[in-house]
Amino acid sequence: MNGTTELRLSPDELPEVCRTLLAEGARLQMAYAWFPQPDTPEVIYLADKKRLDLFPLLRCRLLDGRRELPSLAAITPLLGWYEREIQDLCGIRFTGHPEPGPLVLHEGAEPPMPPLDPRYQPEEMMPYTPQPWHLPPVEGADVQQLPFGPVRADVLESAQIVFYYVGEGILHCHPRLFFKHRGIEKQFEGLSPLMSVVLAERISGVDSFAHALAFCQAIESASACEVPQRALHLRVILAELERLYNHLHYLGHLCHTTTLKVGEAQGKLFEEQCKQINGTFTGSRFLRGLVRPGGMRRDLDLSGLAEQLRRLEPQIADYMAELETTNSHLDRLLTTGPLPRQVAFDQGASGPIKRASGIQRDLRWSHPYAAYGSFTVDVPVRTEGDAHARSQIRMEEIRASLKLIYSALEQMPSGPVSAEVRPAPGAEAIGWCESTRGSIYHCVHLDETGRLARVKVKSPSFSNWRVFPFTVHDSNMMDYAINEASFGLTMAGCDR
Amino acid sequence: MPVWTLYGLKRGVATNSWPQGHETTQHGVQGMPRFHPERCKEGCQICADVCLPGAIRIAETKNGERLSLDYGKCVACQMCTEFCPHDAMEKSEDWAFAVSKRADLVWDEALTSLPARELTQKIHSAFGRSLHIRHVDAGSCNGCESELQALNNPYYNLHRLGIFFTPSPRFADLLLVTGTVTYAMKEALLETYNAMPEPRWVMAMGTCAVSGGAVGGGYACGRGVEGILPVDIYVPGCPPNPAAMIQALLLLLNRSTQLVQGGHFAK
Repeated sequence: MNGTTELRLSPDELPEVCRTLLAEGARLQMAYAWFPQPDTPEVIYLADKKRLDLFPLLRCRLLDGRRELPSLAAITPLLGWYEREIQDLCGIRFTGHPEPGPLVLHEGAEPPMPPLDPRYQPEEMMPYTPQPWHLPPVEGADVQQLPFGPVRADVLESAQIVFYYVGEGILHCHPRLFFKHRGIEKQFEGLSPLMSVVLAERISGVDSFAHALAFCQAIESASACEVPQRALHLRVILAELERLYNHLHYLGHLCHTTTLKVGEAQGKLFEEQCKQINGTFTGSRFLRGLVRPGGMRRDLDLSGLAEQLRRLEPQIADYMAELETTNSHLDRLLTTGPLPRQVAFDQGASGPIKRASGIQRDLRWSHPYAAYGSFTVDVPVRTEGDAHARSQIRMEEIRASLKLIYSALEQMPSGPVSAEVRPAPGAEAIGWCESTRGSIYHCVHLDETGRLARVKVKSPSFSNWRVFPFTVHDSNMMDYAINEASFGLTMAGCDR
Repeated sequence: MPVWTLYGLKRGVATNSWPQGHETTQHGVQGMPRFHPERCKEGCQICADVCLPGAIRIAETKNGERLSLDYGKCVACQMCTEFCPHDAMEKSEDWAFAVSKRADLVWDEALTSLPARELTQKIHSAFGRSLHIRHVDAGSCNGCESELQALNNPYYNLHRLGIFFTPSPRFADLLLVTGTVTYAMKEALLETYNAMPEPRWVMAMGTCAVSGGAVGGGYACGRGVEGILPVDIYVPGCPPNPAAMIQALLLLLNRSTQLVQGGHFAK
């Protein structure tokens, strides 16, 4: 695949190669399976190394009806969830997995065959009878169990968080997710690349543009298409507008959890103003319906955008300065939900979360796409790893986004905004981008007619939900909401 | 140390008065496509081909082929407006699309020349002034949640209309459902509904909840609330913007009029 250096391995070689990769400083990004032939699944592992290095990619075909692989979760824990997902959706078992239960499909879901098997073309929803699910045994005379969700307070996405607690102290936190699993990866099957963008935009509403962008970039790589410079610049601006409203939302939302009411109102007002800017300049508050394989669906007139943002900028700067000097707010953030660097690395933290824990990685900088290569991308980093560090990263990224938007507007080339794309039949490719929440990878495999046979979506919320409980164990109830808000997670992206 | 009360006061009032005075709060936001049947050419089905959720279909009737258009399935992706070679599908800012009868979202040829008439509705006297909402996310993309959360920002300030979100279904008058109703959320949705006291209302918010939208169907996803709970108000949109949501909530309370009838938007 484009941008990668590939190794074809037999199942027995996997653990050793994985160890070597880790020793070379690489980190696994994801794993998924697909079916090049209906009875021959292939498992693909993707890793990243240093800046500008090709992504190491491992392929392992399961021949002769074999449906078993050695688990790598003990070597690199972040793969644990990916392996369980493959187990649920593709019917491949991982031997020696430390926590082998179902993950994406709830206990009691009984699809007649693995959902991602191309022979499975469901007319209706799979049979499901809700069943009790496996919780880790936590014992002790005073230990209480609190299942919270899936319908939670406020307007929140559905998820269940199970707490084991004594008094105010949380002993163990066990999120049960994937209530919102919609089977989106399956729904790409058989679609044309153009129509698929509409679907990609709906993986995670608040990352609409980032997902559509990663998807389109994958298709463009599959067809060796040269996207016009103007489109590449527009993509940078739109991706940063998405980051802007999201980060402002989380600053406001964080104030909500620390009960700083005016701070909440102001942050969410900024978010609204940014969404309205999106609406005015692009027709969509969520930046949908803009990007397509080959470029943009239409040209945009962005005159006046810089002025509007420059009017907001000092107000936002002032707001952030006030937050950073409000003792009651800082008191609740400092030392809350600490995530050590090693845990962040091993468990797969992504985006602002990993950068707040000392890992300076950002795909815009390490593997530039769109027009990011033409600009200086600041990659802020903090080492404290607490809720405060995470909010500081967001603040820095707000400043950096504005700077990028201004530069891209100033250097905006004229010319066409789209080129023809003709993906080769049977082609496969990978597209990536750094969304608000972290790295997104879309791996696409096309069939002989140029339609999609398989799309794997690696979403940052899937990565960060896996990490999140590590900051909750052994903390206290009062801090939970603050900590969750500081992670900025979505369920839709995680559950897909 | 900042004095936040002063900070807030200095910034003044940010709230918009929508829908009073019909001041547009969503300048430039594209809504559902407007259909001009007189421009539509027979034998062409490009719009149907680019419609992912299947809102546009070509149906065979006695009088030949006829285009059928269901706004309950439309995700406002604008593909038809960009691909129609005859400009029969026009971009519009028609986004306040809440209706109380599902059938009103389906384009009806007979209404072409008539303005959408104002509907007479029974006043829900018990809730005319105040409404408490329990929201359930039954498998959305989080777009609808993002806009629902925006309702409480200072710009829309939902409280000014006497409408509140409540954590407990026991205190709720309205069950507001977003998402397609996935296999795993169906039971939780029913349990929430059953925990609500009567009388109670159900609103399907967003095209996913109305019909499944762009992602409906498949092994896990579902096709909206219909057939699971009795729906009182349908609000297509992907997602409906906050002003459209306010219009829908006021429609339920009979404090606003329905703008769509037989698939026609009148304003």
